[in-house]
Amino acid sequence: MAFPQPRPQAPQLPQHLLRTIDCQQGAVRAVRFNADGNYLLSCGSDKSLKLWSVSRGTLLKTYSGHGYEVLDADGSYDNSQLCSCSSDKTVILWDVGTGQVTRKLRGHAGKVNCVQFNEEATVILSGSIDGTVRCWDTRSRRFEPIQVLDEARDSISSVKVAQHELLTGSVDGRVRRYDLRMGQLHVDFISSPITCVCFSQDGQCTLSSSLDSTVRLLDKSTGEMLGEYTGHKMKGYKLDCCLSSKDTHVLSCSEDGHVYCWDLVEGSLSLKLPVGKAVVQSLSFHPTETCLLTAMEGRVQVWGTEPEETEEDTMDLK
Amino acid sequence: NMASDSDSEEDFVTYGIPLEPLEEGRPLKKPIPLHEQTVKDEKGRYKRFHGAFTGGFSAGYFNTVGSKEGWAPSTFVSSRQQKADQHHARPEDFMDEEDFSEHGIAPREITTSQEFSSSRRDAAREKARAINAQTALIPGDTLLEDLIAPARSSIGVELLRRMGWKEGQGVGPRVKRKARRQQTDEVRLYGCALPPAGSEDSEDDDDDFAPENVTFAPKDVTPVDFSPRLGVQGLGYRGLDPGLALLGQGAPEHIDLFKPQSETRSRLFGDTQRSSRRGGVAGQAFGVGALEDDDDDDVYHRDSMSRYDSVLGGEEPGDGLYGWTAPQQYTKKRDKNKDASYLGKILEGFTLAQKPAEEKTIFPPPVLPRDYRPVHRFNPAVSVSHLSGVSPALAEALRTSRGHMVKEEPQQGGRHQLDSDRERLLNLRNSSNPPSTKTPTIESCNAPRLAGSSAGSSAGSSAGSSAGSLALSAAASSGLQQQQHEALVSWRGVQTSSQTFRPFENNPSKQARYEFYLSRLKQGDKDALDQSLDQGMTEWERSREREEFVRASILYRPTSSSLSSRFTRAKHQEDDDNVAVNRDQEGDVDDKQAAVKMKMFGKLTRETFEWHPDKLLCKRFNVPDPYPGSGMIGLPKVKRDKFSVFNFLTVTESRETTGRFIHLQGSGDRDSDKKKEGDDEEEEEEEESRPPMDLFKAIFANSSDEKSSSSEGESEDEEEEKDTKEDEGKMDPQVPNLFNISSNITSTSSVTSSSGTSSSTTTKSNQQTGNTTTPSDSPLLHRTEIQFQASLTMRI
Repeated sequence: MAFPQPRPQAPQLPQHLLRTIDCQQGAVRAVRFNADGNYLLSCGSDKSLKLWSVSRGTLLKTYSGHGYEVLDADGSYDNSQLCSCSSDKTVILWDVGTGQVTRKLRGHAGKVNCVQFNEEATVILSGSIDGTVRCWDTRSRRFEPIQVLDEARDSISSVKVAQHELLTGSVDGRVRRYDLRMGQLHVDFISSPITCVCFSQDGQCTLSSSLDSTVRLLDKSTGEMLGEYTGHKMKGYKLDCCLSSKDTHVLSCSEDGHVYCWDLVEGSLSLKLPVGKAVVQSLSFHPTETCLLTAMEGRVQVWGTEPEETEEDTMDLK
Repeated sequence: NMASDSDSEEDFVTYGIPLEPLEEGRPLKKPIPLHEQTVKDEKGRYKRFHGAFTGGFSAGYFNTVGSKEGWAPSTFVSSRQQKADQHHARPEDFMDEEDFSEHGIAPREITTSQEFSSSRRDAAREKARAINAQTALIPGDTLLEDLIAPARSSIGVELLRRMGWKEGQGVGPRVKRKARRQQTDEVRLYGCALPPAGSEDSEDDDDDFAPENVTFAPKDVTPVDFSPRLGVQGLGYRGLDPGLALLGQGAPEHIDLFKPQSETRSRLFGDTQRSSRRGGVAGQAFGVGALEDDDDDDVYHRDSMSRYDSVLGGEEPGDGLYGWTAPQQYTKKRDKNKDASYLGKILEGFTLAQKPAEEKTIFPPPVLPRDYRPVHRFNPAVSVSHLSGVSPALAEALRTSRGHMVKEEPQQGGRHQLDSDRERLLNLRNSSNPPSTKTPTIESCNAPRLAGSSAGSSAGSSAGSSAGSLALSAAASSGLQQQQHEALVSWRGVQTSSQTFRPFENNPSKQARYEFYLSRLKQGDKDALDQSLDQGMTEWERSREREEFVRASILYRPTSSSLSSRFTRAKHQEDDDNVAVNRDQEGDVDDKQAAVKMKMFGKLTRETFEWHPDKLLCKRFNVPDPYPGSGMIGLPKVKRDKFSVFNFLTVTESRETTGRFIHLQGSGDRDSDKKKEGDDEEEEEEEESRPPMDLFKAIFANSSDEKSSSSEGESEDEEEEKDTKEDEGKMDPQVPNLFNISSNITSTSSVTSSSGTSSSTTTKSNQQTGNTTTPSDSPLLHRTEIQFQASLTMRI
């Protein structure tokens, strides 16, 4: 178990609102950074997927092709492709530049909750309400998934990939970790329906949030609980949780309109970020910097460590 | 591309306020209200739309004609002083101003009117055109054009004419010189200059009498008619020259490219010279005609029309008196081929037959006999009997099946027989039904009664002879006896039994008894049945088995080689008794639940299974296949006995597949019932026998366990409970899961009455898993609602 190294300075938290993007695509179901954190994807309930520049908040591209609201999206490592999943039971692979549908993958029996590229963007993993995770091949023209992981007994709410491991969270209250290298399936019983799972950046821990308003940090290899984070409210919505880019903090959405930020080691609440009055729907942490995206209703907010210097300020400095 | 964008982000320059992105859903703009949709005319006055269909504007003043006063009808007034002059209404009278404008229907511009025509014809021009017409691809087509096209003269021509110019005259100031005599008869041709350009140097012949004060118009000029070259033929090609062809020139000599129509032209220019009148075709596209006489001619050079008859029947090699309407005896004299050519109606490529076609003799159809009825009926009895070597039972079955198709049986006897067959089949079926409601006594009475009735009515058999040794009713025994006899007859002397069907394969001892019975039958033993039965069995069991054996022996009578050779046993028997079940079952949920409550995550909550990733998936993840060579994918499965209750008990824990699976399994059972009904009664026999003890144990163990956890479990015999308690140790891994038998399972798995109560006692844990184990569509149901934030507020 690797705890983060003693830090030379107090970790900074994304507590300043840098910008608010009004996405104008209905409710934003999910917001995601791309691989390098320069762009963000917003999944709208109006069937569209939008690509924005994080630094400017400008809309770069709208991807339309889904038949129902978009629930999750992911960008490939090389930023050339996007995948998104929707309530229309499909997973779509997009070409970033042209905005065209590269492939539309049908096969799920219900709406698809979560989608994820593997590291080389050769496989798309999609978890659906039908209780299966389907592994789609992006290289071949086959329309059938490579493999269907149907071990879950209820809806899959979250899927994550780290190297050769797949992590799935299911409403049946279990976190499943498929180890491809070892050929093993590890099932951790959490009891309460899982809403979101994450790997830690170092790949040694798994984070899982469940509907008992608890976020748990489990040791990946043994399944022991390393930390438990409570205080937020997560009772009915499928809300996200994540770890900060340096694994120093645990963040979770909450139904009371805040983002809760706990110290990973101590488990103490270090920041309660007021986002708005409604439910914080989704959040995403920058892969390298201290930058946070939150989605509430139809807006995406970008949070940083320091208030951004406005143009007037720079003028004054000169 | 996102990647390139990230590199060159500085390239973006943002000016002004970005436009709102276009919303696809809502309309772009508010439509312009009706009262603002105005159109103004050129003077700035408002025009009013006239209507959607006409699409036009108002006609005149507010759709009236003309002015504000509107259209006032004119009245016809005529008096002695003022005679009403005849008023001819023109279309213009009914038109608006717009119609006279440039884009109106009657624009008023200064143009040459189409109707204008000069009274005199331009002779010189016509001449020039005629010359050119000769060179045109289709000679004379310009002439046609001239005929159709209205003669037009431009305003310049008109002005010239006013100035005293006459058509055909040269244009220019009048000259002072002697009048020139037009030389039309002598035309000189220069080189390839086509057509000859006037007569500039034809001034040689002068006359002296021209007075001094007379001026003359300039010399006449034959205008050059530049006609474009049409067609795709090469330069110098000429088609049929009608002038040559019709007027004729003898044998054409030298082809003169430069004066191809010399004759025609000379004629045009008033040449009176006439050559010998014979038709000739001038052109290079003509080969040798079919009727060519002399072959020594240069075929591709030039052909002459003189070799063809240009007049129908005109110049015959006969007297030429009659032509093709000649009297019979006249034409008959002539050659048939020639005759045909004159008919002129024979298709290209065809010739008249040399011999007349032989006439076909058509024979009249035979006369039908008087009593002939054009209906054919199949005789089932006959057709069945044609199948030689078929066992009587099979033949019966065939007949019966046919009887279903053919509703009306023409033969009274046949139908009767059919009924009896049907009854017998019914009989078979009756006995093979699981006696869930019937008691054996009722059944045994019931079936033979049917059999007996049929036996009594059917043609004479050994129905009367009773088998006294059997403790059955007389009717039943008679039916059975008859069948027994039939079996005996069919089996006697049969040597090979290697390919006989083994109907009681699932019950070895029974099969052994059956085989023994068969062997006795082959030897022709009349008491085969009684000898082969197990004396240790109850009377009821024996009587059942007796019937089964007899029927089985009749049904599975060895067929003759011709039929049996067509069938073969399956090499691999489908072991449908087995189902794939996950090998590793998940442990007890309650334990885990407890561990979770105590926050003792780790070993208690962690389970590890062997899991086989797809080969391709490993490849895509750049990971070596952990189980190379194993064809398995996913969790390893094991085959379990399909009918074992423990399957369901253990599988219940794992997801909805159970529900689905059980469903399938249940239906499969029913199917197999139907399928095997005819063949094999023993299976049903098995089912109707008491379910294995394990089932009861499982069910009652459930309820007894239930008692410990919840007080609801009201139930069964104490005996059973004891049993289960004893067995609990044995069934250790499965027992906890017995909680989770859902009502689904018990209802679908063919467990009867007693299971109902036990399943109804399952409680809390059942509710949980019960949801997840509802059949196939149920995984969409959620135990817990995970919902998305409603976007309703958003819209507001």
